[in-house]
Amino acid sequence: MSATSTAEAPAFAAKTKGGRITDFVDQRVGGSGILREFGRKVFPDHWSFMFGEVALYSFVILLLSGTFLTFFFDPSMAETHYTGSYTPLKNVEMSVAFSSSLDISFDVRGGLFMRQVHHWAALLFVASLGVHMLRVFFTGAFRKPREMNWVVGGVLLILAMAEGFTGYSLPDDLLSGNGLRIIDGVIKSIPVIGTYISFFLFGGEFPGTMIIGRLYTLHILLVPALILLMIVLHLFMVVVHKHTQYPGPGRNDGNVVGYPLGPVYAAKAGGFFFIVFGVIALMAGFFTINPIWNYGPYDPSPVSAGTQPDWYIGFVDGALRLMPGVIGNFHFEYVIFGHVLTLNVLLPALVPAGIIFTVLFTYPWIERWVTKDDREHHVLDRPRNAPTRTAIGVAGFTWYCVMWAAAGSDLIATHFHVALNDVTYWLRALFFLGPIIAFVVTKRVALALQRKDREIALHGRETGRIVRLPHGEFIEVHAPLSEYKRYKLVGFESPVPLPAVPNEHGVVTRKENRRAKLSQWFFEDRVAPASPAELEAGHGHHEAVEAGEAQKTLSH
Amino acid sequence: MKALSQKRRHPLAAIALLLMGLLLTGGLYAVATTVNQAKASTAEFSATDTEEGGKLFAANCATCHGMGASGTKDGPSLVGVGAAAVDFQVGTGRMPMQMNGPQAYKKPAQFNDQQTHQLAAYVASLGPGPSIPEAGVLDEKGDAAKGGELFRTNCAMCHNAAAAGGALTRGKFAPALADVSGKHIYEAMVTGPQNMPVFNDANISPEGKRDVITFLKQIEANGSPGGADLGAIGPVSEGLFVWIAGLGVIIAFTIWLTSRTS
Repeated sequence: MSATSTAEAPAFAAKTKGGRITDFVDQRVGGSGILREFGRKVFPDHWSFMFGEVALYSFVILLLSGTFLTFFFDPSMAETHYTGSYTPLKNVEMSVAFSSSLDISFDVRGGLFMRQVHHWAALLFVASLGVHMLRVFFTGAFRKPREMNWVVGGVLLILAMAEGFTGYSLPDDLLSGNGLRIIDGVIKSIPVIGTYISFFLFGGEFPGTMIIGRLYTLHILLVPALILLMIVLHLFMVVVHKHTQYPGPGRNDGNVVGYPLGPVYAAKAGGFFFIVFGVIALMAGFFTINPIWNYGPYDPSPVSAGTQPDWYIGFVDGALRLMPGVIGNFHFEYVIFGHVLTLNVLLPALVPAGIIFTVLFTYPWIERWVTKDDREHHVLDRPRNAPTRTAIGVAGFTWYCVMWAAAGSDLIATHFHVALNDVTYWLRALFFLGPIIAFVVTKRVALALQRKDREIALHGRETGRIVRLPHGEFIEVHAPLSEYKRYKLVGFESPVPLPAVPNEHGVVTRKENRRAKLSQWFFEDRVAPASPAELEAGHGHHEAVEAGEAQKTLSH
Repeated sequence: MKALSQKRRHPLAAIALLLMGLLLTGGLYAVATTVNQAKASTAEFSATDTEEGGKLFAANCATCHGMGASGTKDGPSLVGVGAAAVDFQVGTGRMPMQMNGPQAYKKPAQFNDQQTHQLAAYVASLGPGPSIPEAGVLDEKGDAAKGGELFRTNCAMCHNAAAAGGALTRGKFAPALADVSGKHIYEAMVTGPQNMPVFNDANISPEGKRDVITFLKQIEANGSPGGADLGAIGPVSEGLFVWIAGLGVIIAFTIWLTSRTS
């Protein structure tokens, strides 16, 4: 487009030298066209839209601080005796990896700070990724056309966990070595191939002399490259799809209301990078993270109490802690043709994580199938307006949190002076009951909020002013909402259950029946938004509407 | 006098009076409690010590441990537990026990040093057992690095590699070791109080115990080189901190950034 216009227009001659250089570059790379296109991209303003940015910025900080650490870190498992300045470890036998991590902490100028920046940024990276995904889920932003970007996000979460875990193990301290031993145990519990994979990964029996070097290559080369690739794909799709927006007057699936990228939003986003960097730098400056000198060098014989992974692997550790070894006389370990099958490791380590990620990856398609909704959605749902989805999300989150809490069961026991066994029994019960309770409670809360919204839309807001009518009755005066505010309360979709439909042969398939049942389960409890007719009726006579309200809210 | 009587209705008069009273009672209490401390020593026990200890035992301990410390169904026999066990249990306030439970909690000591000494003398007189350690093994001048290795191999599985403590089964626990005196650490190793196993001299030599104490005192004195240690309990407190403080501050900033000026 810009090429044809420059050909027809009279040749442009810049007046200044700077202008001529800029024009020279622009004619060759088309920068102004790119800038015009991107500078006009509109971003709706909402605080919950910024977690993806936090994750991106944390990742940039990880790249920068990680590069610094590679200058001084030596991923070798060769044995050495510590000669650095931390006296409680003087002359202790350890790996070169651990020794160089100690040197970074005590003998490299700014090394400890950079290590702490790197580690805090890693924790924040995964945390902001998680919160970003929760936001996307609960607002329904994963719907068409963004299903594939949701999957890319899920892959990013898994890659981030892998990147975190490989990094956690690198210093070769006692804590991370204990963690690595657990992973080794999990790998070995996989039937038939487990031991082979473990020997392949560790280059022999655990811990061997290879693993740190191998994890290092994964940590600084392969996994970050994959993360970068996924980030590029993710952002590319964000540009293609344009940003979603919360419902509001003048906002629909065909537009985006917000600020253009240039100049305001670009300045905000650029400034926000430094805010994130500043917050991480302050945390790194004032709060210790992973004090490896306390843990000492890894050696397979000592196991420390209170060994936990970083928070994002915690739910797997928690599931392992919750699994009973035996229930009464029922054992979970079998020997089949000389192969040991230990279900008490295999089940908790792989099944909950498997369920969580399977549901996470397939959910957009499940909802699409149930609702038969093939339209594009660019306006988000308020979580209360999709009660069943919100309830499913909270149930899953609760399940995750129960396992998460279980990873800290020993600390819950010591810090709240309760018995470790009791903590485990309670969490085992909550493992099964928690999600169910969370589902029911969340759905009821969402429906109640919808009813409240409907009532406010119909009657206006309560003013607290009581008026006595001539015949002695007292009423509270309700102030009508402005059109602008009311839009938010009435402008949403409330799908109804879709009954089973016969296919082209006139047959209702079993699959279609299942879909209809699911649809019924999804949408049978629904609160319809107040219709224009109801709004009209609501204005004149408060009492009449109030009287009929109880029956009318559930239009089903 | 006139000035005093004029100021006695001053609004700050009551506060000044209160402060004076507190200072007086606090000062007297401090003097009273240090009087006995000066007399205590870990030297050999005299016959009077044993005799006085017997009286204290009969009055305070015999309910559970029985007359003559022979044990009842509520408390074990103390014959042969040695002076070290008494000095640890009574000196850290664990005995007399506050209530029955999985484990006795540490609390302010109920007896002063002299009384503890007398009780130890009495129990030591009942049968041979570990004695209160000599000052030589408590000088904190051993090899901290060796002590660290011994600690990680023998102690860290319950007390945590950073000596921050840990949970055991059914309400039992291994306490954190910061602020525990070298003498009590030594006594705990040789007597195995509560749910702790005994680490006798064949298991860890007195020299090794000295190294362990040196290590623990040194990491305590080193403090936390990286800033606030968040309880030194590892990734759980780090995770909580990043979710609550880290993300909390960032959310506050996002709200500020996206708020409209109108």
